[in-house]
Amino acid sequence: MSARTSPARDLVYFVIFAAAVLTMPVWLAPIGAGYPDLLQKFAIYGLFATGFNLLFGLTGYLSFGHAAFLGVGSYTAVWSFKLLGMNPIPAVILAVVAAGIFALAIGFVSLRRSGIYFSILTLAFAQMSYNLAYSVLTPITNGETGLRVLRSDPRIFDAADGAEGALVSTLFGIEMNGYAGFYFCAVILIAGFFIAQRIFRSPFGIMLRAVKSNQNRMTYTGLNPRPYTLAAFVISGMYAGLAGSLLCITDPLAGAERMQWTASGEVVLMTILGGAGTLLGPLLGAGLIKYFENIFSAFNEQTLHSIFSFLPDFLETPVVGLMSLFVGEGWQLTLGVLFMIIVIFLPGGIMEGVSRLGRLFKGSDKPSAADKGRVEAAAE
Amino acid sequence: MTIIRKPLNRRSILRAGALGGVALATPTIFTSRAWSAGYLNEPTGSTVTFGFNVPQSGPYADEGADELRAYQLAVKHLNGEGDGGMLNTFSSKALQGNGVNGKKVVFVTGDTQTKSDAARASAKRMIEKDGAIMITGGSSSGVAIAVQSLCQEAGVIFMAGLTHSNDTTGKDKRANGFRHFFNTEMTGAALAPVLKNVMGADRRAYHLTADYTWGWSQEESIKKYTGELGWETVAAVRTPLGAGDFSQYITPVLNSGADVLVLNHYGKDMVNSLTQAVQFGLRDKQVNGKNFEIVVPLYSELMAQGAGENVKGILGSSGWDWKLTDAGTQAFTKSFGQEYGFPPSQAAHTCYVQALLYADAAQRAGTFMPSELGKALEGFEFDGLGNGPTLYRAADHQCFKDVLVVKGKENPSSQYDLLEVVEVTPRAQVEYPAELLGGELGPYNNGV
Repeated sequence: MSARTSPARDLVYFVIFAAAVLTMPVWLAPIGAGYPDLLQKFAIYGLFATGFNLLFGLTGYLSFGHAAFLGVGSYTAVWSFKLLGMNPIPAVILAVVAAGIFALAIGFVSLRRSGIYFSILTLAFAQMSYNLAYSVLTPITNGETGLRVLRSDPRIFDAADGAEGALVSTLFGIEMNGYAGFYFCAVILIAGFFIAQRIFRSPFGIMLRAVKSNQNRMTYTGLNPRPYTLAAFVISGMYAGLAGSLLCITDPLAGAERMQWTASGEVVLMTILGGAGTLLGPLLGAGLIKYFENIFSAFNEQTLHSIFSFLPDFLETPVVGLMSLFVGEGWQLTLGVLFMIIVIFLPGGIMEGVSRLGRLFKGSDKPSAADKGRVEAAAE
Repeated sequence: MTIIRKPLNRRSILRAGALGGVALATPTIFTSRAWSAGYLNEPTGSTVTFGFNVPQSGPYADEGADELRAYQLAVKHLNGEGDGGMLNTFSSKALQGNGVNGKKVVFVTGDTQTKSDAARASAKRMIEKDGAIMITGGSSSGVAIAVQSLCQEAGVIFMAGLTHSNDTTGKDKRANGFRHFFNTEMTGAALAPVLKNVMGADRRAYHLTADYTWGWSQEESIKKYTGELGWETVAAVRTPLGAGDFSQYITPVLNSGADVLVLNHYGKDMVNSLTQAVQFGLRDKQVNGKNFEIVVPLYSELMAQGAGENVKGILGSSGWDWKLTDAGTQAFTKSFGQEYGFPPSQAAHTCYVQALLYADAAQRAGTFMPSELGKALEGFEFDGLGNGPTLYRAADHQCFKDVLVVKGKENPSSQYDLLEVVEVTPRAQVEYPAELLGGELGPYNNGV
């Protein structure tokens, strides 16, 4: 987790990351998160947030419409299932290409402005896509019901075995749900993380950071920032499209609500919560939000009573009453409180907390120059 | 990311200690029972887990809350607590009030948010993590269809809650899915004769339709049956789910030459569209020499409460009403009222009944295995659950029972007495051949 960079350290960092991701079913089990669906969500939204961070964390351009690319990726993947067959590989490739083209078009227009105007433009495009998917393009997207794979679809490459069997994505005979689906997503996440790490360390990544720190100065030195930001936007959109296709590979259904502004906001939250501009932060943020959404929202009074059953009765009822505000339907309240606390006390997100803790444990050690630099970068 | 790194030092011990503390404080302990049994999530302990997947937020949140109340009541009755409710009037006497197959019923809940994605995620959690043996609920046909196909793929039974679209047991039907609630085809068949008596055979209708599977299905059924009466459909306009403001859709109705407005909306959408239509003065108008009328094909008490005064005299259909006088209805209304202090809605009724029917089938089959349990439900004839003699048809897993045509009461006596039953349409009149709606049940999936 160190920010001191050298190829050797990066390699160690990457290997530890890969090992941690692949063993997630083991070490997440004790906190109730070790079941395939949630693990898949961790990997997929981690990838989504990693891609978003390439744009927001490096260039500082806050896109408020990234869910549109997630949606485009999802719809492309389902159409690939419907027309070509249930193999995930063409779905992934097509989704990334489609999202990339879509991002190129939106980025080309939106990147003419920066700051809040850029955010509003991307938000407008995303809402436009959402409304198109929701009602205008119903023949392509099936509107609110969501696009699903049907038995009557052509599926030209596996039409032969089409009549029987479950309609789930299948990679060379392995069904992409359950743990197999998780490992498929995990491998793609690790690859995505590797690419992100390379971009962070590359001259291209340094150019992107230059855009963030002072775009005017960059222009004065004779560099045109637009190609760099556009490239970052497209790469980031492709990550989102990839995440969208993975959502459909593990569960072949694409709904318009994936493109809604709340979904775009969610990835912003994930990134800020974890720590924008850090490699690992967005992944942690994504994990935290998905954990809250799936585990905290499922607590009901029954569960709370069993947790607090050690308390005497006269205490148990008020405690359960109070706690039930924050779990079940109130999970968003808990998340909101947590978000506020983190933004106020740890502007650099969870990663800043981690590095502060790290310094605390080192005792009198002075923060290294690199650590300092990172905290500053994160605080921006 | 790794919890313990060597060499051990104060830092890693503290870190491991902190993470260990978090782990111990978390109550949900992962138990992988998924791949150990003859069928998915076979209960091995002394309990069996039902999964209640209802909207707790979104446009159908009111219905969802009532559904959850009904499920909790059903679990009580199944475990022999409370007064037993409809177990006492149910024609099948297999259930003894000591759980199901000797196992105590426990449940887990999830929020569908009235979104297919969220509903599937929460159903998956219940199946994969909590070991739910069946999933039930849903207050939107889009969600119900999405969750039904998920349950088919996973290999658990899905007992549909409030879903009214033909597609649930029509073109999207699945072997693992069962529906007790009626559908738009039955609504059309029941409502059309009453509409003819009240409004005549020469009418021009304008449809506003919620833009998803249920709305499309409802629009089609009403068009079909009113078309047989001789009605003409002027236009059918799709509105987004949860639109909130319908004024832009209602204004064109005035100039369309239509004299009937059919609102294919449900939940908060219907409350909003009906209220706005009445506020626009549609009901006071005369078009083509006739009084302008509004029809709400699918009614519920919760919607009538939301729309208040505006529902007076407006016709629609309903699956069940707490004011029915049969023994089953009275027993259910009584125990629901004692528990929560107000009468149940039709959503609560269908969910309660579905939970009972599932438990009864499991008891009769002696197992929770989907293929065996499904056979016990197929072709099952029963009575005493509030709708008269009812059949679970084997060909499409759809229940056939009497349908109510209801009207907003002119002089309600309380806020729960807003609808009056105009006619109880007998089951024979709403039956249709299973092939009519297409679709393929396919084989049962036991999930192994």
